[in-house]
Amino acid sequence: MKLIKHLFLIFAITAFICSCKKETSTTSTVTSTEKELPERTGQAFIEDDESTTVLSIAIGSKDHTTLVAAVQAAQLENALVNAGPLMVFAPTNEAFAALPEGTVENLLKPENKDALANILKYHVTPGNYSKDFLKKFKKLGQANNGYVKVEVVEGEPIIGGAKILASIKAGNGIVHVIDKVLLPPSK
Amino acid sequence: MKKNLILTIAMVTVFAAFTSCNNSGNSNGKSGALSSNVAEKVYVAPGEYDEFYAFISGGYSGNLTVYGLPSGRMFKEIPVFSQFATSGYGYSEETKPMLNTSHGFVPWGDSHHPDISQTAGEIDGRFIFINENNTPRIAKIDLKTFETTEIIEVPNSAGNHSSSFVTENTEYVVAGTRFSVPIPQRDMPIKDYKGNFQGALSFISVAPETGNMDIKFQVLMPGFNYDLSHPGRGKSHGWFFFTTYNTEEASTLLEVNASQNDKDFIAAVNWKKIEEYVNNGGGKMMPADYAHNVYDEHTHTATSTMKKEVRVVNPVDVPGAVFFLPTPKSPHGCDVDPSGEYIVGNGKLSANLTVHSFTKMLAAIEGKKFDGEAYGIPVLKFEDVLAGSVEQPGLGPLHTEFDGQGNAYTTFFISSEVVKWKLGTWEVIDRKPTYYSVGHLTIPGGNSGKPQGKYMFAMNKITKDRYLPTGPEMEHSAQLYDISGEKMELLLDFPTHGEPHYAAAMRADLIKERSQKIYDLEDNKHPYAAKSDAETKVVRDGNVVHIYMTTIRSHFSPDNIEGIKLGDKVYFHVTNLEQDFDVPHGFAVLGQNTSELLIMPGQTKTSVWEPTKVGVWPFYCTDFCSALHQEMQGYIRVSAANASTPLKWSMGEDIE
Repeated sequence: MKLIKHLFLIFAITAFICSCKKETSTTSTVTSTEKELPERTGQAFIEDDESTTVLSIAIGSKDHTTLVAAVQAAQLENALVNAGPLMVFAPTNEAFAALPEGTVENLLKPENKDALANILKYHVTPGNYSKDFLKKFKKLGQANNGYVKVEVVEGEPIIGGAKILASIKAGNGIVHVIDKVLLPPSK
Repeated sequence: MKKNLILTIAMVTVFAAFTSCNNSGNSNGKSGALSSNVAEKVYVAPGEYDEFYAFISGGYSGNLTVYGLPSGRMFKEIPVFSQFATSGYGYSEETKPMLNTSHGFVPWGDSHHPDISQTAGEIDGRFIFINENNTPRIAKIDLKTFETTEIIEVPNSAGNHSSSFVTENTEYVVAGTRFSVPIPQRDMPIKDYKGNFQGALSFISVAPETGNMDIKFQVLMPGFNYDLSHPGRGKSHGWFFFTTYNTEEASTLLEVNASQNDKDFIAAVNWKKIEEYVNNGGGKMMPADYAHNVYDEHTHTATSTMKKEVRVVNPVDVPGAVFFLPTPKSPHGCDVDPSGEYIVGNGKLSANLTVHSFTKMLAAIEGKKFDGEAYGIPVLKFEDVLAGSVEQPGLGPLHTEFDGQGNAYTTFFISSEVVKWKLGTWEVIDRKPTYYSVGHLTIPGGNSGKPQGKYMFAMNKITKDRYLPTGPEMEHSAQLYDISGEKMELLLDFPTHGEPHYAAAMRADLIKERSQKIYDLEDNKHPYAAKSDAETKVVRDGNVVHIYMTTIRSHFSPDNIEGIKLGDKVYFHVTNLEQDFDVPHGFAVLGQNTSELLIMPGQTKTSVWEPTKVGVWPFYCTDFCSALHQEMQGYIRVSAANASTPLKWSMGEDIE
């Protein structure tokens, strides 16, 4: 994990410089208009080289580029860095790829932001439970207001049909890497 | 698996998009000249006054802090449930009884929800009440003197959290239990919780003139957790509403086991009906053990009385008095709008806000449309009492306040924001981020029929980068917003002290006019007061020595004392002869095992000293009172236990 932290720090600094440039270039164009900038402030944007969040862990994984892009599109960053505790079920890129063709592309369209946010929030539980501990639950109340079923199959917790491939602790919770995208039951 | 997680350079670009240099939290992204308008809105020029008082709970400090709005300046910390060395509260002989409980002297408390007294549904600024969560107590602070003048312990309660909210004429200050417990307390297995533990909702009457508190009755409810509460007002005056969670009645791992039911309840209690029942002899007195501590501003002394019984009421015995309103997902905040029609229950794990209608509730009760019962208490149907929901306004709703203009403001802990929405149409009007993870919010006049609007402040649990760092722990930050327009505008960050849970705020004028400047020396009825230098003396009674001492700028009288022996218990009774606003004197003696005293003009306070070493020990005034403050000192001589030093004292001449 130490290696990850070091790498992370380096990237964080690089990222910081990149984003500064981005920021200055945008302000000059915005000052002339009345339109407000979309809020890009909050805990997600605090510079902190000490602690990880469920968000920084997802960002740090090459297996979760689709998830991260989706979180970004839905502007849910702050929901993933708050005090929590938060438990994020993070489907791998492969899991997203297994969805019917065009699903992800469609969800990433701006007009589908709410639908995307709903699906993503279905992957977030206010809580912090280890894989083993999850076996105590019958269901989990998710951030989109829905419930996801928890079963135990061959001694392993199965979350909404998905298997937990790995679990990574974060400062504000835990990330469980899962092999399927959780789809909220339609209303 | 870790290998899969190692960062790649490719991620940098994604990360950059998540990161921003602009973390300043300007309310609208404006800067330069425009932001100076914001500065003007919170600027209170030197010598000028703030428009509002804010009374912010100190949480685990046990105290209550006083702020001005819009400046965010802190004026005072009022000691309530914790010893406070700054003034000697809880250390002086006169104030130690304030912290007495049925468990003995408790030097600390966890203060939560201040609420100001009301007359006819309007904040009247006479008293402010605040609850202690850990060793259940309710305190009353007199806003004439800003002193804690009464503390009553609440028996049969545990985790006194759904407290201390007042009814619209301050008929009652109400205290609900968070933890259900065996009533009466007894030795029993924890696993037998379900069906055996109970939750007490205490209605503490407040005498109209004096404000004296007395537990009128306790409603013994099923063993749920009673989280927060608010009174009905206007049309719903006479009712009180409490959110519940853990209707599963779990005693372990509540984060799993208390989240099993889709819905918990809001308990609606018709206290007028129960009051009538009690006035006609209803309920029963049960043995109890609780302290009632009262501070007398004439003797400047608190007395603690242990009370031995309390009246309890079984809700099933008063038909039509208590109903349950199903409310989703472990509701936390329980807030009633100024009209008394809407009861907002915020499921803390929910994404929606649930708003119940008082009118629909009455109709459902009238029509006896029940959905079963819980421990004999009728459960109403969710659909029958629901006024509406605010759909997915944010994540983790906690508390709601109202501006009196038909708008409600709800805090969201997880998404860290305040959302403004409209009563009746349930549409979201505006949202503003808070920094970070907001708990309660306050609008002046909040819990009343007439909110005073203009400002709202959010009290956050996490500060992180908002101020210069001060090590791992930061004081919690509050944010002040202008709510006079359609959109909220962030004006100011200010640090708070301890952990602010709730706060009460009001227009300053009512309090300012009544604020007391001195205590009348002539009116001082303290048994050990010396009202002039002529009345000073030292009296020995066995190994107890009473020193009747005075202070005035810039000397003590007496200031030389001899004849104290090891083994003596010495009481310094210090009377401040000043009759001038804001001129307290202090007192401390070297090696004393207690705090200093801070004695207000006209007051007498007592400090006890049991010297452990022979010698000549100085005492001095701890409050810089005058140009010759450094001259305000004295000596007290301590001799061996068997010495024959005579008891003598003087001021201005040597002891011969």
